[in-house]
Amino acid sequence: MSITVSSRRTRDPAAPVRTAPHGGKGRGRAGRQLHGGKITYAVLILFTVGSLFPLVWTAIAASRTNTRLAQTPPPLWFGGNLFNNLDKAWNGAHMGTALLNTTVVAGTVAASTVLFSTIAGFAFAKLRFRFKNILLMLTIGTMMVPPQLSVVPLYMMVAKLEWTDQLQAVIVPTLVSAFGVFFMRQYLSQALPTELIEAARMDGASSLRIIWHVVFPAARPAMAVLGMLTFVQSWNDFFWPFIALTQNGNPTMQVALTGLSRGYTPDQSLIMAGALLGTLPLLIAFVLFGKQIVGGIMQGAVKG
Amino acid sequence: MTATSGFTPDTAAPPAGQGGAAPRAATAQAPDPAEQRRRDRRSRRYRWDVRWSPYAFVAPFFIFFAAFGLFPLLYTGWASLHQVELTDPTHMEWAGWHNFSRLWEDEFFWKALRNTFTIGVISTVPQLMMALGIAHLLNYRLRASMFFRVAILTPYATSVAAATLVFALLFGRDYGMVNWSLGLVGLDGIDWQNGTWTSQIAVSTIVIWRWTGYNALIYLAAMQAVPNDLYESAALDGASRWKQFLHVTVPSLRPTILFTVVVSTIGATQLFGEPLLFNTAGTATGGADHQYQTLGLYMYEQGWVNLHLGRASAIAWTMFLILLLIAAANALFARRLRKSQ
Repeated sequence: MSITVSSRRTRDPAAPVRTAPHGGKGRGRAGRQLHGGKITYAVLILFTVGSLFPLVWTAIAASRTNTRLAQTPPPLWFGGNLFNNLDKAWNGAHMGTALLNTTVVAGTVAASTVLFSTIAGFAFAKLRFRFKNILLMLTIGTMMVPPQLSVVPLYMMVAKLEWTDQLQAVIVPTLVSAFGVFFMRQYLSQALPTELIEAARMDGASSLRIIWHVVFPAARPAMAVLGMLTFVQSWNDFFWPFIALTQNGNPTMQVALTGLSRGYTPDQSLIMAGALLGTLPLLIAFVLFGKQIVGGIMQGAVKG
Repeated sequence: MTATSGFTPDTAAPPAGQGGAAPRAATAQAPDPAEQRRRDRRSRRYRWDVRWSPYAFVAPFFIFFAAFGLFPLLYTGWASLHQVELTDPTHMEWAGWHNFSRLWEDEFFWKALRNTFTIGVISTVPQLMMALGIAHLLNYRLRASMFFRVAILTPYATSVAAATLVFALLFGRDYGMVNWSLGLVGLDGIDWQNGTWTSQIAVSTIVIWRWTGYNALIYLAAMQAVPNDLYESAALDGASRWKQFLHVTVPSLRPTILFTVVVSTIGATQLFGEPLLFNTAGTATGGADHQYQTLGLYMYEQGWVNLHLGRASAIAWTMFLILLLIAAANALFARRLRKSQ
């Protein structure tokens, strides 16, 4: 039940090594078994540089001044204005509030998505009830419908509830996710042996106790993955927060960032400092949990 | 969890004292009436639990989903038949098909539809092809393979807002890094914002940058599930690495490729943040000439800039119909794929 994807490469060392007549340098094993050549590394490094460069350049631009960014050639190395810009973004553009707000929103949404997805996914994977298949089809069908399409009625509801500019306006509508339910169902139908549940029933455990003592422990790796993916998604959510948190004063990170770029004379280095502030927490998480996140996405791909 | 020994199923009724909630008929024992009642109560509770708790477990999801997913989606269709203004969003006036007929005559709507399609193609096709190639390379035995995987996924951690603002600066006409690089190789700078194709390419670049690595990992996962023997027999037949990629890897990945095409297409139809923030003028028109305004952005402009929520609903409903068409085409395609295999 490890989160990391089991790598087939290392799994069959005992398989007979056949040497094919072709296939370059006599290594005739399957494609994936081949070592990468110099060109492979060159292309991958190039691609990695392309992936990382805009982020590095964000930091470079954030460490310069607006005047310097309006000169040729563009700066290629760090300057000395980083902390000045960060300070201005933090205090002048609600970035501090925004960071706190986004953490609260993403944390709540991730926790609730994981909890509700796990119990619903368990019911779909292991329990018998009427309408189960119809309900499951409904869940899968709506996985593909973008929330953007429902935005007008959502706005009306939020206006009626007088939630505009309050965090619950962006939290409550995203507390559950169809993808999460489907993801947990797929995981639990494989990872949780039905005998385990039956055994617990024989012991007289109620369904709630089974959830707590059997399902949660078995689901923990998938819950971690779903939690991380949901957190990232919620952190970066843009459309709905942008509409629901319109007025100044109580934005999420992405909304504050937009506000920063919408002044009459936008200060580009300041905008880049804001972009850096908004991205840094997730980048740190990627450095710490990158392996798990990669594993989670690949796992979701195989099962989804 | 000790009750299942499995060897003597006939005597496996749980000891009464430990909570015999299992629905087994009591074995022949001295019928103590109090004991019997307790057992009945337990077994009733057990049956009740087994019968109803599944609904309780799926209920939270479906309640929230109905309230904030299904209901708003359907209500969008209802609102699209009304005149609703942002200034008073709870006041609705019946308008029939007026919103739709206005869209039909609206040149900006058709432009947005066209832009959504072209940006969708420019961003999706190169993205998925590159992802396939990168996944193929990552599937080799590599040093630091985990580093590469995490590194190509970092754009996924960057928000639409941050990424777009950075790219808007990189694509700047006068001081942007891209034009400066073009100048280094002796090419003229390009006014990325104001050309139709150039602006759409720039917007697509942001999408490609953010999602290629993510899709590469999805392909990589699928590639690792391709059975080894397929490659071995292809190699025995004398297939080169390229031939193996074309005739073993790609066909095995067809369902995954279809999946990513669908997901990317859906993503493309709702493109919003990129064309909004790429515009340094700060308006929602998608350029002075609406040259990169997408349907998502057009919906926002109609609803929250021009204050016509009813018309915005009509655009949303149109997008929904387009998605249904895509889903139908996909289902058709998937069925043919299954038949051909």
